[in-house]
Amino acid sequence: MNEIAVDILGAQVATAAPSTRPRWLRRALANRSMVAGALILLVFVLAAVFAGVLATHNPTRLEPAARLQPPSARHFLGTDEFGRDVWSLVLYGSRISLLVGVTTMVLTSVGGVIVGLVAGFSRRLDKVVMRVMDGLMAFPAILLAIALMAVRGPGVWNVIFALSVVYMPRTAMLIRSTVLSIRELDYVQAARALGREDAGIAFRHILPNCIGPLLVQGSFIFAYAILAESILGFLGVGVPPYVPSWGNVIASGKNVIREAFWISLFPGVALTLAGLSLNLLGDGLRDLLDPRLRVQ
Amino acid sequence: MGPYLLRRLAAIVPVLAVVATIVFLLIHLIPGDPVSVMLGPDATPTQIEATRKGLGLDRPIYEQLLGFYGRILRGDLGQSYFLDRPVSQALWERAEPTLVLMLAGLLVAVAIGVPSGTIAAAYRGSLWDRGLMFVSLLGVCIPGFWLSLNFIYFFAVRLGWLPAAGYVSVFSDPMAAAKYMILPAFSLGFNQSALIARIARSCMLEVLQQDYIRTARAKGLSHGVVTWIHAFRNALVPVVTVIGITTAVLIGGAVVTEIVFNIPGLGRLIISAILRRDYPVVQGVVLVTATTYVVINLGVDLLYAVIDPRIRYE
Repeated sequence: MNEIAVDILGAQVATAAPSTRPRWLRRALANRSMVAGALILLVFVLAAVFAGVLATHNPTRLEPAARLQPPSARHFLGTDEFGRDVWSLVLYGSRISLLVGVTTMVLTSVGGVIVGLVAGFSRRLDKVVMRVMDGLMAFPAILLAIALMAVRGPGVWNVIFALSVVYMPRTAMLIRSTVLSIRELDYVQAARALGREDAGIAFRHILPNCIGPLLVQGSFIFAYAILAESILGFLGVGVPPYVPSWGNVIASGKNVIREAFWISLFPGVALTLAGLSLNLLGDGLRDLLDPRLRVQ
Repeated sequence: MGPYLLRRLAAIVPVLAVVATIVFLLIHLIPGDPVSVMLGPDATPTQIEATRKGLGLDRPIYEQLLGFYGRILRGDLGQSYFLDRPVSQALWERAEPTLVLMLAGLLVAVAIGVPSGTIAAAYRGSLWDRGLMFVSLLGVCIPGFWLSLNFIYFFAVRLGWLPAAGYVSVFSDPMAAAKYMILPAFSLGFNQSALIARIARSCMLEVLQQDYIRTARAKGLSHGVVTWIHAFRNALVPVVTVIGITTAVLIGGAVVTEIVFNIPGLGRLIISAILRRDYPVVQGVVLVTATTYVVINLGVDLLYAVIDPRIRYE
C-alpha cells in the first residue's frame, strides 16, 4: 500500500506544477481515489500477465507431502489441502478473474449498445425489447447466473455467457435512456432536418455521448463479474474445480478452515482489493465524466 | 390509491410472463439433447424416447410453452426426478429457512445501515463521518460469502461463541434458532448495510439543506431534535426504496449464505438439484424466487406511494 501512497503524492505534485498535460489527464490525476483504484488494478493486471514468472510453484501440481502448510519462506501464503501453493494459485486465479471481468464488460457493452440503440430508435421494437429486459432483470442476478450455469455446465466461457446475459439488460437500459434524452435535443433535430438517416444519427451524434456512461457502467460490471465468477466457483458451478480461480480456492479452503484459515483468506483479500479498485475507478470516472459535477 | 394499485398490478403481468418464458427456455439451453443429458450415459434409446414423450419435448415448442404456462398457473411445477415428490412440495418444505435468513439479514442491514448513515450525515466531515464512510466503502466490496467464512473462523472456531453451521427452526426452539442465525444474518446483512448507510447519508444531507430545517434551527430547537424529528423522517422516504431493493438482493445472497452455513433452504436445494441434473427443481426454485422478487418490488412501490402521496398521481 505504501507504493500507492507515494505514487498518489507524486501525482499531486505533478498536477500542482504548471504542465503541458491535457486537461482530462490532469483532472484524472487530481482524483486521488481514482488514481489509487487504477494503481491497484494495474497491480492485478501485472500479476495476471506475469503469473508465470511470479509464481513460485506450479499451481496445479498436487504435493500431498506439503499439504496444509502455514505461510513460510517456501510457500509465501501457505499450501492447501492438496499441497498446492496458495500464492501461485492466487496469481493464476487473477488471470481467470480478469479474463471473465474484461470479457463480460466488453460483451455487455456491445450487446447493451445494440439493444439500447434499437430500443431507443424504434418505437415498435422498444416495447417488446424492454419487456424482455424487464423480465431478465426480475431475476436475482446471481440466481439467474446459477440457473444458466446449471444448464450449460461448468467452464470459463459458460461463466462469461451467463454473466453477460445477466448484466447486459442494465447496460441496454442505460443506453436506451441516454438515447431517449439525446434524440430530441436541438442538434440531433438539426441533423435530421439536414437529411441524415437514423443510423447516421445514432453513430455520429448519439453514440459518442454514450461512451462516458458506458465506461462508468463498464467498470462496475467488471467488478460484479469478478465477484459473481468467484461466487459461482465457490458454489461449484463456475469454472471447473481443477482450474485455479479465486472462488475455487476459497471453496477448497472452506472444508479445512479449522486447520488452515489462510487458504480462504488470501484469495478473498485479492477479491476484495480487486472489487475496491474497480469501485474507486468507477466512482472516479463518474466524477470525471459528468459535466454537472465539474467545478470550473 | 385504487387506480394506482390496478396500474401497478397490470404492469407486473407481462414481467411475470417473460420470467416464466425464460425459465421455460432454460431446458432448451442444455447443449445437445436435453433428455440424454438428464438421463445420463446409461439410458437406453427406449427410455430416452419415453422421457421425451413424458416431458412433452416431442411437441412443437409453442405448444410446450403454452402447456408450461397452463401448468404453472395451476401451481404445478412438475415432478422432481430425485426427491420423488412434486417440485412445489419440495419448495414449500425448504422455504422457511430461506425466509427466516432473509428477514434476519434485512433486520441486520437496516439496524446497522440507517443509524450509521444518519449519524454520518448529522456530523458531516467529522471523524465519525469519515470512519463510517470508509467502513461502508469496504463493506460494499467485501464478498459476503468470504466474510461468512471469516466469521466462522473467528467467532465459531477460535472463540467458540457461536455454532459454525447448521439450522434450528424458530418454531421448535427460538433461543437455539437465534444462536444459529446470528452469523448467517450478519454475513448476509453486512454488505447491504453498507449500501443503505451510503444512501441514508446522502438522503439525510439533502434534507438537512432544506428551508424547513433552517427554520427549525432558527427557532432554537436542539441539534438532536432537528436531526431525528424533522430531518430523519423525511430522509426515510427514499431509504424505503433502497430497503426494498435490498430485500430482493438478499434472496440471491441467501442462496450463497445457505451453502456456507449448511442451512437447508432453497439455496441448498438448487445447488444439489444442479449436481443431480434435477432440472424441474432448478426451474422451480428460479421461478419462485424471481416471482417473489417481483412481488416484493411491487410491495415497495405501493409502500412508497403510501408514504409519499405525490407518487400516486404521476
